Amino acid sequence: MGERIATRDAYGDALLELGKKRKEVVVLDADLSGSTKTAKFAKVFPERFFNIGISEQDLIGTAGGLSLAGKLPFASTFAVFETGRAWEQIRQTISYSSLNVKLVATHSGITVAEDGASHQAIEDIALMRVLPNMTVIVSADGIETKQVIAAIADFYGPVYVRLGRSKVPVVMPDDYKFTIGKAHKFHIGKDANIIAAGIMVSVSLDAMELLKKEGIDAGVINMPTVKPLDNDAVIEAARASGLIVTAEEHSVIGGLGGAVCEFLAENYPVPVKRIGIKDTFGCSGPSDELMKLYGLTAEDIVRTVKQGLKR
Amino acid sequence: MSQVSASKDIAFLKEQAKAVRIEILKMLAEAGSGHTGGSLSAADIATALYFSKMRHNPKDPAWEERDRFILSKGHAAPLLYAVLALSGYFDKSLLNTLRKIGSPLQGHPCSKLLPGVEISTGSLGQGLSIANGIAMGLKMDGMNSRVYCILGDGETQEGQVWEAAMTAAHYRLDNVCAIIDNNGLQIDGHCCDVMALEPIAEKWSAFGWHVIDIDGHDMKAILGALDEAEGIKGKPAMIVARTVKGKGVSFFEGKVQYHGMAPTSEELERALKELE
Repeated sequence: MGERIATRDAYGDALLELGKKRKEVVVLDADLSGSTKTAKFAKVFPERFFNIGISEQDLIGTAGGLSLAGKLPFASTFAVFETGRAWEQIRQTISYSSLNVKLVATHSGITVAEDGASHQAIEDIALMRVLPNMTVIVSADGIETKQVIAAIADFYGPVYVRLGRSKVPVVMPDDYKFTIGKAHKFHIGKDANIIAAGIMVSVSLDAMELLKKEGIDAGVINMPTVKPLDNDAVIEAARASGLIVTAEEHSVIGGLGGAVCEFLAENYPVPVKRIGIKDTFGCSGPSDELMKLYGLTAEDIVRTVKQGLKR
Repeated sequence: MSQVSASKDIAFLKEQAKAVRIEILKMLAEAGSGHTGGSLSAADIATALYFSKMRHNPKDPAWEERDRFILSKGHAAPLLYAVLALSGYFDKSLLNTLRKIGSPLQGHPCSKLLPGVEISTGSLGQGLSIANGIAMGLKMDGMNSRVYCILGDGETQEGQVWEAAMTAAHYRLDNVCAIIDNNGLQIDGHCCDVMALEPIAEKWSAFGWHVIDIDGHDMKAILGALDEAEGIKGKPAMIVARTVKGKGVSFFEGKVQYHGMAPTSEELERALKELE
């Protein structure tokens, strides 16, 4: 787990690879191609790259039009602008007509850090999850990101992919094969199971090790597809342990925690604790300090599991 | 390859436009709700497109070489349904199902349900971006097809329209022809009172478009403008079509209340008498 890669960097590489294989791939950005890493694609395939400028609503509509003309558009910008500024365009044009547009957003979550609340998307999963026809994917690391980009290119329909800015530990095995709608079970615990997504997967794995030292058998499940959720994996985790903890770098409202709670409440009610941003905006500061401030560290997860087990 | 196109004479198109208006009024009266004024105001333009200008094939709605039509002002759905039905995309009897449960004729156009509808619209300001995207894709593939997009004048109050205006000019999308149905009215009243739009032609011109200003009910002028637009290279074309809301039915003309109101059965009878 020594290597650290930003998922946006893996995206830039994956997009370039995909562009070489599939000539129908087109990429759109809204003046952030250096940050979203779509610039890598733009440099090699300038005729298939469209910078739409600082206009996210037009970005989405144009991507929709390109898909209607038979192209495979990847539209990228920061998560907060993609899902927020252009939410209604995504709803009306992309989701309602179920267009084959891939919305791959970077700079999600509070780890955007110093830029502060205006740039920290902590509602994007909720905003995308509520849209019919939309598949919602949160990538945990560089390995998973490359797999995700390849998988969604082969899948027809609208997809939202959530990526981050900062370098994160590589946690997925080299031979990992991502499948839309499938969770990756690192370990199923007998005492508790942590269902995590995105950068919280590596934090959860740290928590699992800490808990093990205290004799608590906690499992970790990476749930990259928040919609459709891997219901079987959630049930298995609930059956095995009776306590579920969800962990995400997102509001506790409407994201992975919300999805897991909705499913379990109706199908297999067990106690659930949600780790995430507690219905508040973020603030400026260094990434790691923000993770502490908002309760997103391995120690926070350990404490939450123990509270859940009343130990 | 069969296609509807070929040049038809003005008299034929005028008759066709009348038939389109009749279908619009009949389906709206049957539905009991919907947008009368803005469907009638753009009827001549849509008729010129579907029965003369555009290359399309009602028997093969997905024909690759077709010209595309995007109704950005989606509330004029009855107009789109009328020209599609009269072109032969589906049986005219389907028009009676407008706005009813189970009908492919939704209150605003839904591309998933009705062949011939390129994309679902209804939320204003989005059509031109979509038209641009299609136009980019067509150019990449070396296709000669053109993309036509009708916008409402009030609709251009949406910021996205101007984002799209920039994009079309920036990418020199000369296969895009937008048409503003400039009837001067929106739900809350005259556009100039709600949110001033003028000078419309100068604005589009300043955004890098070739602008053609016409009387949107003069069939000869409409055809001339569409031909002129096709000849423009290196920039998109905008036809500012000055129209009358509710055009064709004297007691609907210029009346803001008929933006979103369907004719009663008595009004339908009077309207049909006027038209026939």
